Amino acid sequence: MKKISKNVYEIEKEGKMNVPGRLYASEKILKDIQKDKTIEQIKNVAMLPGIIGYSSAMPDAHFGYGFPIGGVAAFDLDKGIVSPGGVGFDINCGIRVLKTNLKLKDLKGKEKELLDSLNRKIPSGVGRGSPFQIKGKKEFKEIVENGIEYLVEKGYGVEDDYLNVDEEGCLKNADFSKVSERALKRGIGQLGTLGAGNHFLEVQVVDEVFDKKVAKVFGLEKGQILIMIHCGSRGFGHQVASDYIKLMDEKYGAKNLPDRQLVNAPIKSKLGKDYLGAMSCAANFAFANRHLIGVWVKEVFEGLFSKFKVDTLYDVCHNVAKVEKYKVDDNLIDVCVHRKGATRSFGPGRKEVPLVYRKVGQPVLIPGSMGTASYILVGTKKAEELTFGSTAHGAGRVMSRMAAIRNIDGKKVKKRLESEGIMVRSGSSKSLAEEAPEVYKDVEDVVGVVHDLGLSKKVVRLKPVLVVKG
Amino acid sequence: MKFEYLEHTADIKFRAYGKGLEKVFINSALAFRKSMVKKVRGRKKQHIIVEGKDLENLMYNFLEELLFLIDTSGFILSRVKKINIDLKKFKLEAELVGDRVSKYEFMTEVKAITYQELIVREEDGKWVVQVVLDV
Repeated sequence: MKKISKNVYEIEKEGKMNVPGRLYASEKILKDIQKDKTIEQIKNVAMLPGIIGYSSAMPDAHFGYGFPIGGVAAFDLDKGIVSPGGVGFDINCGIRVLKTNLKLKDLKGKEKELLDSLNRKIPSGVGRGSPFQIKGKKEFKEIVENGIEYLVEKGYGVEDDYLNVDEEGCLKNADFSKVSERALKRGIGQLGTLGAGNHFLEVQVVDEVFDKKVAKVFGLEKGQILIMIHCGSRGFGHQVASDYIKLMDEKYGAKNLPDRQLVNAPIKSKLGKDYLGAMSCAANFAFANRHLIGVWVKEVFEGLFSKFKVDTLYDVCHNVAKVEKYKVDDNLIDVCVHRKGATRSFGPGRKEVPLVYRKVGQPVLIPGSMGTASYILVGTKKAEELTFGSTAHGAGRVMSRMAAIRNIDGKKVKKRLESEGIMVRSGSSKSLAEEAPEVYKDVEDVVGVVHDLGLSKKVVRLKPVLVVKG
Repeated sequence: MKFEYLEHTADIKFRAYGKGLEKVFINSALAFRKSMVKKVRGRKKQHIIVEGKDLENLMYNFLEELLFLIDTSGFILSRVKKINIDLKKFKLEAELVGDRVSKYEFMTEVKAITYQELIVREEDGKWVVQVVLDV
């Protein structure tokens, strides 16, 4: 591995690699990344057919299923492949941020009531089904093929809730006929649920503004209360991923692959297209999921604060594969970008960026680990040049879940957060231990690297006030 | 030892042991469930039939069925009461005992069973299974 410049490392092409690898990290982060097999996984991805440019990894990278988490890879539409392992099991896991007209002082004295109301209203953890009843297969199809817009038409939310988000809240190539009965059964009771693991709902306050001009375009100011929702496509997406891993394994096998988890299908093949159709359904389910949670959050706030106003700032997917246009060798071409634990970071002017933000670039939403700061950044042209329009997605895990449960006392984590003025509700204290801040890299380091490199630029920093942990 | 958990940065990896094939399937089911909930009582019964193409595939499909039951029937396994494995057809039939999912606090949510480092094999008359769960 060769250091190219500050925060940029190149893994030189060798053996069966079709392209070199690129790792964007500081020296400190690199030491953490080298503790597991992330770099080997970056190399493995570089061996896949039709990969273009680099097999990249963001500074929050760590070992994942086949592709590393934090991995970005773009493939030629004719010669390239699509791989469920390059998207992840939680298809369109992502972040939605709502901005309110409240200031921190408005919450005074109401924190506990607000937190308990949110915890009651938004189903979290495993086995708490949704109060939203999807009316059979027909309505399920409508939701997964039309995303947020369908819910808005039904009276849940307003037009801006889908106009101002990634892909207007719907991947258009969604094809319900490519979804299995098992996937439908796992998802049908789960629309509007947070789930467990690292998913959460946080009430946050804008604690520092770095870029006043962009903050103004985003409608953000110091002291403002925001709501951040982190979840994905629940059992539905998990099953879609499992189904297609199995189908691709049966059809194409893993004989020519460095790792069985990299099973894939040519983008042009029937199976490749089928996966993209089903994956898009799961992505739309996730958009609708975060949207519905947002609608309920609004109801809770309205019940407690008079003259309450809320708008959707943005919604990003950080586990997805999309066809996007890039300049490759001076030609503008369509490629299939896999982002697995990476956020799209389009700069000014791209037509995919909602009109209200197009002059400055898209909002990039990067959550920290529980109890630490989160960031809102803005997308850049530099990201389009370096990383197929991608940046980091979070802090990135450094300690295993098992080690966390062994070494960290969840009750102490809760007490410590409370002493810092952060109130937490969680299904179990073990899950608090698993997600304790110390099992992650420092989000400040991760965001520092992407900001310094220009993969996205800091706009505001957010501090958590109330946390509902999935 | 019935099973143990091994180190893995982001996911859960376990190894289960058993003197016979049935035993190692039972212990794998327990390792799977205990990664989410330590103790489950209850008397709900569930009967399952699972098929596979080979032994590894059968193990994968067996655990996936247990996961499927959590999301679709709200059923969490307490114990495997009875299991019959037909090695010629790679088919199994099992009687499960468990409880309602909503009564328990889950430590973690398993998203999927994976083929990563999946092992089902016999070593000196003892069966060993290794599975990585995506969480």
